[in-house]
Amino acid sequence: MKYLDEYRDDGIARALLDDIARAVTRPWTLMEVCGGQTHTLIRQGIDQLLPAGLELVHGPGCPVCVTPLALIDEAIAIAKRPEEAIVCSFGDMLRVPGSSEDLFMARAVGGDVRVVYSPLDALEVARRNPDRTVVFFAVGFETTAPANAMAVRQAKQLGIENFALLVAHVLVPPAILAILVSPGNRVQGFLAPGHVCAIQGWTEYEPIARDHRVPIVVTGFEPLDLLEGIRMLVTQLEEGRHEVENQYVRAVVREGNRPALDVVAEVFEPCDRAWRGIGMIPGSGLRLREAYRSHDAEVRFPRVGGVPASESEICIAGEVLVGRAKPHDCPAFGTLCTPESPLGAPMVSSEGACAAYFLAGRRREEVSA
Amino acid sequence: MTDNVVREFAMRCPVPLPPGERVVLGHGSGGKLSAQLIRDLFVPVLGDATSELARLGDAAVVEVRGLRLAFSTDSFVVTPKFFPGSNIGELAVNGTVNDLAMMGARPLFLSAALILEEGLEMEMLGAVVASMADAAERAGVAIVAGDTKVVEKGSADGLFVTTAGIGLVPDGIEVGPERARPGDRVIVTSPVGSHGVAVMSRRQEISFSGDLASDSAPLTELVDAMLSAGDVRCLRDATRGGLASVLNELAEASGVAMVVDEAVVPVLPPVRAACEMLGLDPLYVANEGVAVAIVAPEDAERVLEAARSREQGAHAALIGAVEEGPPRVAAKMGLGVTRPLILLAGDQLPRIC
Repeated sequence: MKYLDEYRDDGIARALLDDIARAVTRPWTLMEVCGGQTHTLIRQGIDQLLPAGLELVHGPGCPVCVTPLALIDEAIAIAKRPEEAIVCSFGDMLRVPGSSEDLFMARAVGGDVRVVYSPLDALEVARRNPDRTVVFFAVGFETTAPANAMAVRQAKQLGIENFALLVAHVLVPPAILAILVSPGNRVQGFLAPGHVCAIQGWTEYEPIARDHRVPIVVTGFEPLDLLEGIRMLVTQLEEGRHEVENQYVRAVVREGNRPALDVVAEVFEPCDRAWRGIGMIPGSGLRLREAYRSHDAEVRFPRVGGVPASESEICIAGEVLVGRAKPHDCPAFGTLCTPESPLGAPMVSSEGACAAYFLAGRRREEVSA
Repeated sequence: MTDNVVREFAMRCPVPLPPGERVVLGHGSGGKLSAQLIRDLFVPVLGDATSELARLGDAAVVEVRGLRLAFSTDSFVVTPKFFPGSNIGELAVNGTVNDLAMMGARPLFLSAALILEEGLEMEMLGAVVASMADAAERAGVAIVAGDTKVVEKGSADGLFVTTAGIGLVPDGIEVGPERARPGDRVIVTSPVGSHGVAVMSRRQEISFSGDLASDSAPLTELVDAMLSAGDVRCLRDATRGGLASVLNELAEASGVAMVVDEAVVPVLPPVRAACEMLGLDPLYVANEGVAVAIVAPEDAERVLEAARSREQGAHAALIGAVEEGPPRVAAKMGLGVTRPLILLAGDQLPRIC
């Protein structure tokens, strides 16, 4: 299939692996930021084919994983008021554990929770159900922000008053900065998320690379993209360079996607945001601007303030999300915590590192042996 | 809903059930939750470990006065009722016909029970019934019994169809989920994932199109051809949970491992494209006209040829082999690594970005 098969060629993959092995003269620790990249790497076993000493740690780029518990509890609480509200969400979000239940369970007890594939579909649900407020759970990085912004703008233009966003948007560059300055950071180079950069471009990464002397390569998601990105990163490290380079040339330009950026800037403004498992990161989130505040679900449904949010005491999702631990370092991995009874969000999402390890058959006993 | 009457019956249930637990959609996904429900509630309460029920074939095979009868039932609740390539009526006939065929039986008679929601358009009902008649004629079965119930608006989603069927297993045919042996070959009779993706493409929430069509079809002729070409040990209709789940069920029932080569599993390009976009694995997407056959190694080529000689098996492929246990299924990937194809907990969830 065009645009897929040519980036999955085994022969070229082997050649790239040979190049990487030849380039590496000492140990390096690299982070792939996006969970989609993690899944390709683990599913294809690429991390195990790299030369000894070249380590990949997995980053926080799983939007479902970093959505704060309090917001999930809020979505569940809203869903359980089906006479007033319909909660629309991407499918990923439904099995993510809140403090005591998930959105699937809310649906099983009568909550109105619908899976949609686009915020514009949620807007359509709102148009067809004028007597209830339709809340779209706006989760995601810079990649999903334009479509969510577009949905709110359309709601305002069309006078669809009963459409609201529960905004959990997060931004990548502040998270990379937070990882770089965190105590004990080991990451020496970043594979930046190609799809985020397709929207945002890479100008924001240039000061990070310069100030922290860390190379960053904008990288795609197919096996050959990742291998090429790793080769570019290793080459920079070996040569002592710290630049922003673009591997994902078929999708990303330096300035990003102007119309998408414009609609995001019109509807959203940056704000501080707490990341699940990581904590507050200044300027790392988006919220609706004043002009659109009437479409904010948190304004329409002030927190019930019931049960305080509480996390599992065993789960080490936070450590995994910043690359300080691997999924199988967790004592609950694959035993107490599995995709059917997850303790933490990274075990649920198709972008979560723990789910990637579990689905690839990695188990605690095998790796520690 | 635990009123006194429910409690009284619950206490008589020989299986201890966790109080407060509820049925979730995953219990109907064909994945791990479905398997748990069958293993922990239905089989122990309704049968026992040695009963035909516990064999967990696509259909039961029971002997009556020297004749081996295959017997099966299946309910159909798909939404929307009409989707590219098929509809709920055709599905309901083909589904039960195929369950019977998977035990090597020639399907003979079906019953059909309809649950209708108040307000359903008569025109839609007529179209569904006409489609059932066409499908029955195509599969060579007669619908000989039926039932109709109407429920209040809101108590059902338009219409639900339940079919049951009886077929005759010819002498000398031995097909069963427990018969796979190390060395056997794995054949899939058509490209996988088409039905599930076609249905998803028509759900109101999703708006991609393309050349997507359900693969719903009766597999009786195809199965006949394959059975006469060699020793077919197991057959399975790869419906809910898709190819990967069905292979897991067969591996479990036979106590063997299976390895498939991911690169040779047939998937139509538009289906593959839709799966890539939605983050779904086509190996876990539902089919309605795809069978998996486990075949003795010496007969594999002949059975494959026989499958390819029929319309429904024109794109059949040899995708893997059976190995010594323990029961597990793995897929060989491009760079020489294998990934396990585990039984998923519930349905696959489309990703965010």
